[in-house]
Amino acid sequence: MITEKQKMANTPEDLSYTKDHEWVRVKGDLATVGITDHAQKQLGDVVYVELPKVGDRFETTEPFGSVESVKAVSEIYMPVTSSVVEVNESLNDSPEQVNEDPYGDGWMVVVRMENPAQVDGLLSAAEYEDYIKEEASE
Amino acid sequence: MLKRTPLYETHKLLGGRMVEFAGWEMPVQYSSPVAEHMAVRQAAGLFDVSHMGEFEVRGAGALDLLQLVTTNDVSKLADNQAQYSALTDTNGGVIDDLLVYRINSRYFLLVVNAGNIDKDFAWIEDQSRDYDVELHNTSHGYALLALQGPRAEEILQGLTDHMLDRIPYYWSQRVMVDGCDCRVSRTGYTGEDGFEIFCAPADSRHLWNRLLVTGHELGLIPCGLAARNTLRLEAGYRLWGHDMDETTTPLEAGLGWIVKLGKGEFVGKKALEKQKHEGLTRKLAGFVVEDRAPVRDGYPVVIAEREVGCVSSGSPAPFLKKNIGMAYLPVECAKPGFQFFVVVRGRQVPARVVEMPFYKRGRSFD
Repeated sequence: MITEKQKMANTPEDLSYTKDHEWVRVKGDLATVGITDHAQKQLGDVVYVELPKVGDRFETTEPFGSVESVKAVSEIYMPVTSSVVEVNESLNDSPEQVNEDPYGDGWMVVVRMENPAQVDGLLSAAEYEDYIKEEASE
Repeated sequence: MLKRTPLYETHKLLGGRMVEFAGWEMPVQYSSPVAEHMAVRQAAGLFDVSHMGEFEVRGAGALDLLQLVTTNDVSKLADNQAQYSALTDTNGGVIDDLLVYRINSRYFLLVVNAGNIDKDFAWIEDQSRDYDVELHNTSHGYALLALQGPRAEEILQGLTDHMLDRIPYYWSQRVMVDGCDCRVSRTGYTGEDGFEIFCAPADSRHLWNRLLVTGHELGLIPCGLAARNTLRLEAGYRLWGHDMDETTTPLEAGLGWIVKLGKGEFVGKKALEKQKHEGLTRKLAGFVVEDRAPVRDGYPVVIAEREVGCVSSGSPAPFLKKNIGMAYLPVECAKPGFQFFVVVRGRQVPARVVEMPFYKRGRSFD
């Protein structure tokens, strides 16, 4: 009996990451935010995503929504101080997109950053991969 | 230090994600809780439930002692028959729920919840002083595998000459399975047909692996605690410590069918008789959430703007594809169709009481 062990998580080079397992894709002062491949694997089948409303403002590391699998609820945290300009409404009907395409169709919000320099304080892909390795060995 | 079952290393090899449960290190999932849940509904799943406790009650006074400490009528059992029951205290509160197996007239086997082993054993021992019995906590003497799902019989039949279709629901037999001496019981906690297989700890790895290999082509996969919980919730089975405990009675928990007030004296009988006579004030109800948001254990329940309690078990139901739960409600509200609210992160979401079980083999509620 061979059961597939956790495959290596996918961590795109061009994104920035948080220790809470969010990713950020920056374009000018706009940032798209979602959860990482590693995070979706840990959660398992996502059945519900709760997201904020357009216009809501969040400080860095403030919870802005939650992702639920069959067995648990996990909060998601805002990587940079910002206001929401777009919400991925399609996750209402198809929360499984978070599992299937965490860096694409599984995106959660687009925000307008108040201070884009905050992105420099986030983790690079290599740093994030080191961090999840460290977390796993604890 | 967490306890481990004899299958601990096997779970690790299979990629099981190990978590703490009731003092034990157990696999919560192997592939995914949803895939495992669906396998049990549509094919078969294999669970390690060796953490459950087993007590042997032997001797001329065994039947009388069990009549005293459990709510169901043990005298109704024939050899090899099993019964769902409860241990209640003098207030009628549920110390634990359990299965009582009659092996013969002087030998019974009790199967209790893992987290309650020490408490239950001390309680029964305390009640046994005037009885001619020998009590043994034999929890370390058994491994317990649960093979559950519509293909369970077909899979297990491949490993034994005993005709399994001769074992009815809630009966057991001592059976050789692939050369190992087992007790095979047609019971489970999933709402599907299936078996619970008691074996020697030393045989457990062999049997586990043989079952997985034999069942592979029929869709059998190993399943963890997450699927076990969602399966039992869909099937409307109560979980001790969530849906009942010492502060609730079996009557309130909707388990009146295991309380046999006519059988003679037992611990808690007076309190339960009184409660039945005076009428219940609250009752455990099953409900469906009428919102996309799942509700979880502990979320507040609101009726007419007032918080009246909380969800005792709540989860997305993978087979029914609805969000379901159980909660204690005022008795006049615990009726199918009654609408109330559950508070999800500050938001009130509507819920509706439905008949339990939510899921029944071969049909499901609308």
